[in-house]
Amino acid sequence: MYTQALNAGPEAAERTIEDAAILARFQERIDAEERIEPNDFMPAAYRKTLIRQISQHAHSEIVGMLPEGNWITRAPSLRRKAALLAKVQDECGHGLYLYAAAETLGVSREELIDQLLSGKAKYSSIFNYPTLSWADIGAIGWLVDGAAIMNQIPLCRCSYGPYARAMIRVCKEESFHQRQGYEIMLALVRGSEAQREMAQDALNRWWWPCLMMFGPPDADSRHSEASTRWKIKRFSNDELRQKFVDATVPQARYLGLTIPDPDLRFNEETGHWDYGAIDWEEFRQVIAGNGPCNADRMAARRKAHEDGAWVREAACAHAAKSRVRAAA
Amino acid sequence: MAAAEIPLWEVFIRSRNGLSHKHVGSLHAPDATLALQAARDLYTRRGEGLSIWVVPSHAITASDPADKGMMFEPTASKIYRHPTFYEVPEEVGHM
Ligand SMILES: [Fe+2]
Ligand SMILES: [Fe+2]
Repeated sequence: MYTQALNAGPEAAERTIEDAAILARFQERIDAEERIEPNDFMPAAYRKTLIRQISQHAHSEIVGMLPEGNWITRAPSLRRKAALLAKVQDECGHGLYLYAAAETLGVSREELIDQLLSGKAKYSSIFNYPTLSWADIGAIGWLVDGAAIMNQIPLCRCSYGPYARAMIRVCKEESFHQRQGYEIMLALVRGSEAQREMAQDALNRWWWPCLMMFGPPDADSRHSEASTRWKIKRFSNDELRQKFVDATVPQARYLGLTIPDPDLRFNEETGHWDYGAIDWEEFRQVIAGNGPCNADRMAARRKAHEDGAWVREAACAHAAKSRVRAAA
Repeated sequence: MAAAEIPLWEVFIRSRNGLSHKHVGSLHAPDATLALQAARDLYTRRGEGLSIWVVPSHAITASDPADKGMMFEPTASKIYRHPTFYEVPEEVGHM
């Protein structure tokens, strides 16, 4: 997940150079719930916003494999290992669907990869936290994928066709991710006291970073207005965060775990769970590259890219040779 | 060919016996064999397919959205191509 509004774009300035009538026609199409397809007219700012959002989303899926990959070789049973391996493989697939969707907007795969590896592009803050115990794998599936689902379901109706279609595929696959995570948590809370404590500790560490996944509060969110008008975004950051809290509190209760928020209480008037203040300074630090694992994650991605270079080169050399042979 | 030019392929999958192949997405691969293998891994992890086609993206010729009117509007006025245009008395039964 992954579509935190992370870095600012110069949308507003660019809007003025396009013809007002064409822009109005574009907005009519959006308002009529028509899908915009790659070769259709779109304002430069719409294109730019989408490239930024879809590529950040793709990078997040790719970097998101690292915290969970950390536990594949140490999964407690073959059943858990097979599930985790399948989940991590799905996340890779999500990244690839999303890169392909971004490419339809005129940016190349190489540019996108380069933006990630050079540190120019952002990815979701959540993946800069460490996975310290097996319970973290449960907490990630339950909470991180749970938050991702909240965010991604409305994106299935995003105005840009290729993004919406990619999200439909992604959402179909996410449900298993969350369920396998919750099942891990269940097994732990039904286990020994030490296992129950592990589960509680994981919830303690992941809860607040998960609330941050929805991005800054609406009052300071820079991209919301245009994205809402263009039907890229259908719910605000705070609306999605609230939905997540409301859905998750009963699930935590069922596990017999305590959400680490002394201010959490049910508001009879609104029918929602009120939660305490989020430490936005921590969020800013993680986004700025100063989270606990930012350097590790980038180093791991760069190493994987460099170590795989010979495979890409060999495959390309083989393809070139075969073409020459076929032509002869 | 440098690694920076790995070509793009469009992937089509036949999901069930008797259905036609349907576009599901795209991927990069150096050649057709690798494109097929990547398509298998990327688009059929849950038994979504019985058959895969991969087509180099550059081999596809697409209609221009600007020509939409010229291409598709003429059919809008030809309502006599639809069965509901014709009146058949109810007594005749389903036809
Ligand atoms: Fe994902
Ligand atoms: Fe997931």
